[in-house]
This record gives sequence, C-alpha cells and structure tokens, in this order.
Amino acid sequence: MKLQTATRLGLYAVLELARDPEKTLSVADLAERFDVSGHHLAKVLRTLAAAGLVRGGRGASGGYRFTGNRRRTTLMDIVALFEPAPGQRAKEPGGDTDIGGSLQRVLTEIDEIAEATLRSISLETMLRTTMGR
Amino acid sequence: MFALRPAEPADLPAIAALDARLTGAAKAAYWQGMLEQYAGGPPSRHFLVAETPRGQVAGFIVGEVRAWEFGQPPAGWVFAIQVDPKLRLKGAGSALFNALCSKFREQGVRRVRTLVDRKDNLILSFFRAQGMTAGPSLQLDKDLQ
Repeated sequence: MKLQTATRLGLYAVLELARDPEKTLSVADLAERFDVSGHHLAKVLRTLAAAGLVRGGRGASGGYRFTGNRRRTTLMDIVALFEPAPGQRAKEPGGDTDIGGSLQRVLTEIDEIAEATLRSISLETMLRTTMGR
Repeated sequence: MFALRPAEPADLPAIAALDARLTGAAKAAYWQGMLEQYAGGPPSRHFLVAETPRGQVAGFIVGEVRAWEFGQPPAGWVFAIQVDPKLRLKGAGSALFNALCSKFREQGVRRVRTLVDRKDNLILSFFRAQGMTAGPSLQLDKDLQ
C-alpha cells in the first residue's frame, strides 16, 4: 500500500503529538524530527486541526498539541482525511472492460484488507507498540 | 475485579444467553457441545470464564493448542471470546486473553492465533491492542452454487 505524502505526514504529526498531549510542538520541530518539508507539513496540520485532532497556537512561538482521543482515534481516521475512500476512486482507463473489472475486484480486496487493518489500530495501540520497541 | 476460573456445565445458560445477545443468533446446542468438549476436556483445550464478585458471568474465552492445522506448527488458537457489553473496558477481555496465553505457554507453544471478521472492528481492535498482528496465513472463501 502506497500512502500519499500528506497522509504519511499526517500520521507522523498526529502520532508524535499524541505521544504527549501536554506537549506543544512547532511546525519546525515536527519538520526537523521527520526530515520533511515545513511548508507541506503546515498544510497537513491545518487539515488535522480542522478535524479536531490537533490545536494550533497563535503567533511565532505557537505550536500544535494533540486534542483528540488516543483510544478512539484509529490510523484509518487520519488516512481518511487525505486519501480517497476505496469506493470513491476516479475511474481508470480500461476499467469498464472485463479484464479491468477483474483487476478492480482484486485491488478492492486489497484495499478492504488494508482499511480493516488501519481501522483496527488505535493511536494508543500504535504508540504502545512504538514505545515498547 | 473479575475472578477467572474454568467453565463448568452450569455456566451454559449464562454463556449461551451472552452469546445470543451479542451475535443475535441463539445456539445453545453449539455451546453445550463446546462446554462438553472444552470444559474439563483434554489438557490442550481451555474454556475459561470471568465472573464478577457477585458470581455473574462477565465473559468467556475458548481456545486450544492445535498442531499442523493448515501446515502450521503447534500454536494456541482462540476460537471465541465474548464480554458482556455492560462490563467492557474493565479488563475482563484482557484478563481472559492473558490467562489463555499463559495456559498455552505452559503447554510449550510460542504463538497464539485467531480468525476474525475483518468488518468486526471491535474484536479486531481488541486483538490488536493485545499485540496481535497479521499472521502467516490468508483465509480464502468461495460461494458454492
């Protein structure tokens, strides 16, 4: 499964902030930690803030902190903010042919397994695994 | 908060009623058979219940060590786990799972596995939270016309 860059940044940012909900981290802190573009990350954080998962402070020193629920939020909740739902993907050329239809069924099967996996892992479970290593 | 013990034939009404409430399908005969085979059966089979201080069945778990099923070396299989929805998030499910894993370890197995409906997010999340991840097998189905 290939995730778009925004999805990966969203997962990085939410998990890092959810590690310690009391802690505030700036876009620059997060960008440096994961060696990613601050400009792109800022846009991703605005999407996460609109979803109520993080809250950003004002001013130059203002950073972001986690405001979601670690036990209730799953990896799929974050992925769904950036990736199209499996049933809503744009039609691919050749998709209406018999071979295209068969291929689409295989890809949907893979998507459904991936979605079930992402939906079954809460931030709490993910962080416990991460910090246990 | 919960005491764990091996299931007994007298637990049948509580177990069948809890399962019927959760799955929407009454199958007392099935549970009677499971109790006969797994409660007090061979040492590789386990049927445990969690009960409240008042003696109410809060949940149960059923499992068995199976060897060479589908070509896999010996592993502990979890066949069923149910917890009363009113008593969830108090540790009964984890206590049952850990107790079953201890039984499996005592029998020398080092892997535990189960099969879940991929649309049943609740049970999938529960097993994930216990540290389980995708195993080496893929389950395949086909409609028989």
